[in-house]
Amino acid sequence: MNTKILMTGNEAIGEAAVRAGCDFYAGYPITPQNELTAYMAKRMPQEGRIFIQAESELAAISMLMGASASGKRVMTTSSSPGISLKQEGISYLAGAELPALIVNIMRGGPGLGNIAPSQSDYFQATKGGGHGDYHCIVLAPSSVQEGYDLVFLGFELADKYRLPTIILGDGMLGQMMEALELSAFSSQPSAGKKPWALTGCKARKPNIVKSFYMHEGGLEEFNKKLQKRYRQIEKQEQRFENSHLDDSDIVLVAYGSMARIARSAVDALRKKGKKAGLIRPVTLWPFPFDIFDNLLRKKKKIKFFVTEMSYGQMLEDVRLAVNGRAPVDFFGRSGGGIPTVEEILEKI
Amino acid sequence: MREEIICAGFGGQGIMLLGKVIAQAALKEDKYVTWIPSYGAAMRGGTAFCMVVVSDKEIASPYVDTPDTLFVFNQPSWDKFKAKVKSKGLALVNSTLVSEKNPPKNIKVASVPFTEMAVSLGNVRVANMVALGKYLKEKDMFKPKTVFEVFSEIAPKGKKGLIEINRKAIEEGFNR
Repeated sequence: MNTKILMTGNEAIGEAAVRAGCDFYAGYPITPQNELTAYMAKRMPQEGRIFIQAESELAAISMLMGASASGKRVMTTSSSPGISLKQEGISYLAGAELPALIVNIMRGGPGLGNIAPSQSDYFQATKGGGHGDYHCIVLAPSSVQEGYDLVFLGFELADKYRLPTIILGDGMLGQMMEALELSAFSSQPSAGKKPWALTGCKARKPNIVKSFYMHEGGLEEFNKKLQKRYRQIEKQEQRFENSHLDDSDIVLVAYGSMARIARSAVDALRKKGKKAGLIRPVTLWPFPFDIFDNLLRKKKKIKFFVTEMSYGQMLEDVRLAVNGRAPVDFFGRSGGGIPTVEEILEKI
Repeated sequence: MREEIICAGFGGQGIMLLGKVIAQAALKEDKYVTWIPSYGAAMRGGTAFCMVVVSDKEIASPYVDTPDTLFVFNQPSWDKFKAKVKSKGLALVNSTLVSEKNPPKNIKVASVPFTEMAVSLGNVRVANMVALGKYLKEKDMFKPKTVFEVFSEIAPKGKKGLIEINRKAIEEGFNR
């Protein structure tokens, strides 16, 4: 008996958040992630949790800041233009060391763009979309099941390192329906595990949550602390999936929905007798630099081929990882265009 | 086995639902399946479509460029997709609303008045299931029984008549 059910990526991410103990959701509708906000509107009250349709994206992210400061598990979701509006709040969350889960179901840009799938927010997500020296952990699911699973991980990492974590999906993933295996409700994090939270300071010293450091040297000291944490994350949290790396001459690199099309291209190349493999980064920050290093240490003759629904954003991290030790080629489309298997094969 | 399907027609002809019923039936028979709708801006009288992939193996790309099977319910959909059907592929064409003049030579065209048959059954909205019945006959992808089970699961409670007429629609299409 098949215990799996069919769900869209948007709905699966919503159900995962509910089951991962999300206490508070605030959002503002935008295509192609409307079903996610709608799903939370239905599900959160059923579980006695809080759902707010905010008056704007700015309000939604600011509400998250307040709810997170009180030690609650919080989430907001949007799509590209809406995520741009949230950047001020994301920077403030990073500055105040507040955990939060932010989902971006990317659509075409720049500007209001269109509602087609896209991956052109990679720079914004991984290089710090707001002001200041900060990073968000960025997770990139490539299936409905993985979208579901990464919500649990995203909340955990956000709490562990006290920073905003982003799930970077795209319109294809959000709209696509696939089989999904649901997991049990995980226990909610108790406020006791967040000793920094603002929970009422009876019988203890008051906690302060802020991102403002006026006294001399204070901000530099704080930044050093953040940087130390980021280096630790870079060491411990690199995640990726790969296939056929042991006998590959050419390695395709792609993430999210695009990695599925790249996987079809790898299968087609293998059928033709070409030794092709795939690296699919799951964490975009920290970028999985180590796998490239390990591979290049073992293999002298190898080529990389990056493909994205953008004009080459992750490409820059792959070039950094390869650092001139091997050729790196690229094919991408954007603004609603999705590279096809045929196009990829032609370019290779 | 990998079957790539595009269902296309006017908004309101049950295109998305047709794809979903196929997806649910595939899941019930323990196959891998993906379903993607066209969710872009659409024009009244234009085309809505969904892409379904059914496979024995895990599905890498869920995108369908060249379908094995094309369901078309209106003229714009036929004009848009007919040339994309794979060689030896199948096109199920709603002849009530589509004139399939000059079809591509290397595909099989099953031209059936889905809409007209649905109207005779008493509900124009089951044209999609008449087409599914014809498909089950042509391709033997799932047992009709599996599809009937899907109906019982997804029909709103207290709407037994709805299950019955959809069942009849499948049978009409199958026996055509």
